[in-house]
Amino acid sequence: MLIAMFADIHANRQAFRACLAQASDFGAEQNVFLGDYVGYGADPEWTVTTVMDLVEKGARAVLGNHDGAVSNPRERLNVEAQTAMEWTRGELGSAERRFLEGLPLTLDDGERLYVHSEASSPKSWRYVTSIDAAARSIIATTAQITICGHVHRPALYSMSVTGKITAFTPKTGSAIQLLAGPGRRWLAVLGSVGQPRDGNPAASYAMLDTERRELTYCRAPYDVEEAATRIRKNGLPTWFADRLLVGE
Amino acid sequence: MVRPFLELGATIDRFRIDECLHQGGMATLWRVSRAGTTMPMLMKVPRIAEGEDPAAIVSFEMEQMILPRLSGIHVPKFVAAGDFAVQPYIVVERIPGATLFQRLPELPLPYAEVADLGLKIAAALDDLHRQHVIHLDVKPSNIMFRPTGEAVLLDFGLSHHDQLPDLMQEEFRLPFGTAPYMSPEQLLGVRNDPRSDIFALGVLLYFFSTGVRPFGESETMYGMRRRLWRDPIPPRRLKPDYPAWLQEVVLRCIEIEPAWRYPTAAQLAFELSHPDQVKLTNRSERLERDPLTTVLRRRFNKDLARSITLPAMARQISSAPIVAVAVDLVEGSTLLNDALRIAAERILATLPSARLACLNVLKLGRITVDFTLDEQGHNKRIDRLVALKHWAEPLKLENHRLTAHVLEAVDPANAILEFVQANHIDQVLIGARQNSLLRNLLGSVSAKVAAEAPCTVTIVRPGRTSETA
Repeated sequence: MLIAMFADIHANRQAFRACLAQASDFGAEQNVFLGDYVGYGADPEWTVTTVMDLVEKGARAVLGNHDGAVSNPRERLNVEAQTAMEWTRGELGSAERRFLEGLPLTLDDGERLYVHSEASSPKSWRYVTSIDAAARSIIATTAQITICGHVHRPALYSMSVTGKITAFTPKTGSAIQLLAGPGRRWLAVLGSVGQPRDGNPAASYAMLDTERRELTYCRAPYDVEEAATRIRKNGLPTWFADRLLVGE
Repeated sequence: MVRPFLELGATIDRFRIDECLHQGGMATLWRVSRAGTTMPMLMKVPRIAEGEDPAAIVSFEMEQMILPRLSGIHVPKFVAAGDFAVQPYIVVERIPGATLFQRLPELPLPYAEVADLGLKIAAALDDLHRQHVIHLDVKPSNIMFRPTGEAVLLDFGLSHHDQLPDLMQEEFRLPFGTAPYMSPEQLLGVRNDPRSDIFALGVLLYFFSTGVRPFGESETMYGMRRRLWRDPIPPRRLKPDYPAWLQEVVLRCIEIEPAWRYPTAAQLAFELSHPDQVKLTNRSERLERDPLTTVLRRRFNKDLARSITLPAMARQISSAPIVAVAVDLVEGSTLLNDALRIAAERILATLPSARLACLNVLKLGRITVDFTLDEQGHNKRIDRLVALKHWAEPLKLENHRLTAHVLEAVDPANAILEFVQANHIDQVLIGARQNSLLRNLLGSVSAKVAAEAPCTVTIVRPGRTSETA
């Protein structure tokens, strides 16, 4: 089965739509959403209802820290994200808010674990930006493959039978076979659909071919100008618009 | 977990085990067959039992990732891989014959034969590097030759793929590879420089032409590290008849500093196939090793252990292309030849490691008898070479970046295409024939080259042609 996986959409309608279209062209048979549907971007309602529709049709979704903050004012966010969150709360209807509240922190698919931040303590929203953080997450689960987002920069970590971890920055469009050897474990950090921060403004997502065990990191170019204009028009911090243009 | 018992006559996933070919420290090799497949096949089974070296597992995983992505004549064709949960294995094409290792008792080999081996292996490395893979264990026992002559590289268990996670990177504290052939940077843990393979090939060429290993056989860390500061004895010291050009090539391959070696395997292959055009620097004449002061300076150089950030491999290779420019000295107008020079100049200015091969075709008649000497007794070939060098002179290129070639042929387009193929040319610059009558009578050389060349072809015109002409 070909699974399309999307993380950190952050209410960016243009980017999300481009990714869904590209993944569907590639023949995606299932969609998995890894959280943070809202925050930063100017189309939270459209984004959440689109995810709701797809979940209705069989897609899977987990909760992100921004999604949790919608109904939980105690959830900590930085000052600018807080501003965006206050605006977002005024945009989402009750059905959307209830949908977000009902999302699980993790999804276990047998050999695969989906989680927004990492597996050792999904509620703490820790970032996997180092080999040590990757090791902590991998050790905490029995899943052979863990898929997460939250960092906004694509990365692939792998643990060998001897417990050594390698870190790798994936190349767009190059399929990587996630070997199933003895003791071999994988942690795939997805890039962000709606707020890429690896210097490439194109929307980032990934495809997993479960039969061939091949993971491919993908990029979808989209109308960044339009997404940035929407952010400015809605009185959100302009920094969110500016950084979209450079992908940082 | 029940593992199928591996023995003669057993069958795994339709592969029948016919013969044990080799039992090594890391893996066992079996000759296998399968109904419906005529290609001879080999099954590699890693030793992964309890207590075995974990290096065997990780190196097998690496090979399992890399092999299915390789193609072409210079690697064994990938057939299948077994599921780790049942029985891990890889099945590949079995190349008939022996590895280069079998020839060790014959060393030293004649110089011409060593140069020919080097050319074939460099061509294979060029092909591998263009597929994003650095072999990192180039040595005689990992090289075979097809009956048609092409070199085949074996064993990718220590290799690095530019677009895949490097599972070996973090695995071991000590560098791994084969001691006599390991490059200085590999000893320091660098695994992403394709020039490490050029170093290993240089060691092989030195060994095969002198019978002596340039850095010995020591496998102790100190013994291996000596190559970070101690240069080998120049081959001419060992063999007074050693050709200067071959010493130039070999010593350049095994320079301590990667940047001082050939930038690409294609450029090395080019030099090996044109010995008469190798620029002979001080390397070619040396009879002594570097003086002690130089060695000591290198020995205590703090920069030695620095880690170097390299650009992605594809970029490294494409920044050192071989560009061929076809210059028509007979019909080509001055304007056209000037335009060709300007086009070449632009490429050479942006890519300091690029080199230029100037071509001219000396056309032979289909039915007439040709004489290399014209009526005045001049050697036409020499005249053309002089004219080519004269054309290139304004480019002010260093000697080692420029070569001139006069090809004798009935069909100029075919001659250019053959040269491009044989010399791994990355880009061709060629002028469009201006005289429309000649073009109609003789056909367009540039159009044929553009249509059939395996690389980028740029057609150059002297200026914007007038629409009403």
